[in-house]
Amino acid sequence: MEPLNALVSVSNFMLIPALAYGSQLALGALGITLIYSILRFAHFAHGDTMALGTAAVIGGTLFLQARGIGIDPLPTALLAVPFGILIMSAYLLAADRLVYRYYRKVKAKPMIFVMASLGVMFITNGITRLFMGVGETRFEDGARFLFTVREFREWSGLAEGMALRSSQALTIVTALIVMVALFWFLNRTRAGKSMRAYSDNEDLALLSGINPERVVMITWVITAILLVLAGTLYGLDKGFRPFNYFQLLLPMFAAAILGGLGSPLGAIVGAYVVAFAEMGITYAWRRVFTYLMPEGLEPTSMMQLLPVDYKFAVTFAILVIVLLFRPTGIFKGKVL
Amino acid sequence: MAEPFLIGEAMTGGYGGADILHNCTIAVEKGEIAVIVGPNGAGKSTAMKAVFGMLKLRMGQVRLQGEDITALSPQARVTKGMGFVPQTSNIFPSMTVEENLEMGAFIRKDDIRTTMEQIYDLFPILRDKRRQAAGELSGGQRQQVAVGRALMTKPKVLMLDEPTAGVSPIVMDELFDRIIEIARTGISILMVEQNARQALNIADKGYVLVQGENRYTDTGQALLADPDVRKSFLGG
Repeated sequence: MEPLNALVSVSNFMLIPALAYGSQLALGALGITLIYSILRFAHFAHGDTMALGTAAVIGGTLFLQARGIGIDPLPTALLAVPFGILIMSAYLLAADRLVYRYYRKVKAKPMIFVMASLGVMFITNGITRLFMGVGETRFEDGARFLFTVREFREWSGLAEGMALRSSQALTIVTALIVMVALFWFLNRTRAGKSMRAYSDNEDLALLSGINPERVVMITWVITAILLVLAGTLYGLDKGFRPFNYFQLLLPMFAAAILGGLGSPLGAIVGAYVVAFAEMGITYAWRRVFTYLMPEGLEPTSMMQLLPVDYKFAVTFAILVIVLLFRPTGIFKGKVL
Repeated sequence: MAEPFLIGEAMTGGYGGADILHNCTIAVEKGEIAVIVGPNGAGKSTAMKAVFGMLKLRMGQVRLQGEDITALSPQARVTKGMGFVPQTSNIFPSMTVEENLEMGAFIRKDDIRTTMEQIYDLFPILRDKRRQAAGELSGGQRQQVAVGRALMTKPKVLMLDEPTAGVSPIVMDELFDRIIEIARTGISILMVEQNARQALNIADKGYVLVQGENRYTDTGQALLADPDVRKSFLGG
């Protein structure tokens, strides 16, 4: 038995990637949960606006790279993130002005909002493809690894190796900083508190002199920050493909609903649960168990519950189970 | 007669469709308590909402300190010095007591700590629970939060829609005592009450509404003594 080797193996292939993926989902799910609690609808355009935001960042990155500006060993994309946030804030505020504000004024049902956001999704998707095409774009530069498998092996003397890609480390650290900043904003600042008040009791917020349009505006800008970061980190980690971003919609919604819609903490917890479930169930555990089981009892199969292609089925199953048995989610959010 | 501090005069209107209020007049003097009572569906709350600008009047006028405010939105009336405590959903449940008070003072740009201290002195229990989510408090305590929130703007008039709905008789007496205390500081109180007898007891002025019209208007004590009012509205 070699538990240390098992741990290293599972960290390398499962824990670290899941942690990074979970952080990316968490940033996305936070945006969904914020929009749900302030604007009170499920923002279906989230995945595609994330793609457009990333496209803007890629544009900025190419511009900077062409001029030889970089922040090696960190990826140049980080430098382009503020530009992406600016573009997406403008884009989302424009979408709000042109589409959502009208439905707010006529006090449309949430389902109508959802359909409107579906329309925005298709348009956004079209714009992204116009600029980026449908293929994959890689825009990662700078140092690829914090440490490689070989370096780790030499350092630890273990048979198994572990690598930490810089995009993964960057994702985890950035997500942590953003989450702390977001909680600080929501709980400590006047604007943040007014958002929570508006989410809690719209009419009373109005009576207290809180301007709803301002709250809505702040929400969109925060959403822009969250989704540009989420999209950029995901793209650095796995490459940029518009269709993949659209597909992220499912795990992001599953995370927000699992955590409890409207609860930021829930969105984060939900995101990691979804990420670890997706990775854990589609991971081939054979190697880990080979290290863990006594000699002669090593597994002969792959010990993989589902092929990787089915990872969205896992998310979907989580979503169905939550909606059936605990529709308010872990942290008692609102019922969709 | 001198102009009252706040008056909704000859108000006629409803929520679109048929009128609910018919030529209804409600007024309150500075530092006094005015109470609107009447049977269910008499338009008590509607009359109060009309004074606060939450429904459109077809006829009539609302004046605060002689100024016509009929056209102002409820929010604008808050800036003018009116505070309103709705009957239900009158707190921010997931926010702490202190945050509720802070949100009440959202329109103020000056230092709110003194006002907050005054409210904690008025409702000492809120000081103990200031870090607790308002939604976790008991009914009576929530009402205190609601009243406290409305007081944070330092209003000149405080309007309360059935502040004692759903609280125990002991808590009700306690709340009424606090309301008297608030009035003593010079704030006018206009409230709608289901517990007519107790409310008229503390009222300087009482309005008995029936079907959106003024039926009886007098001092609280006079209404309590009036045999007709007693028979029809106070259960003998």
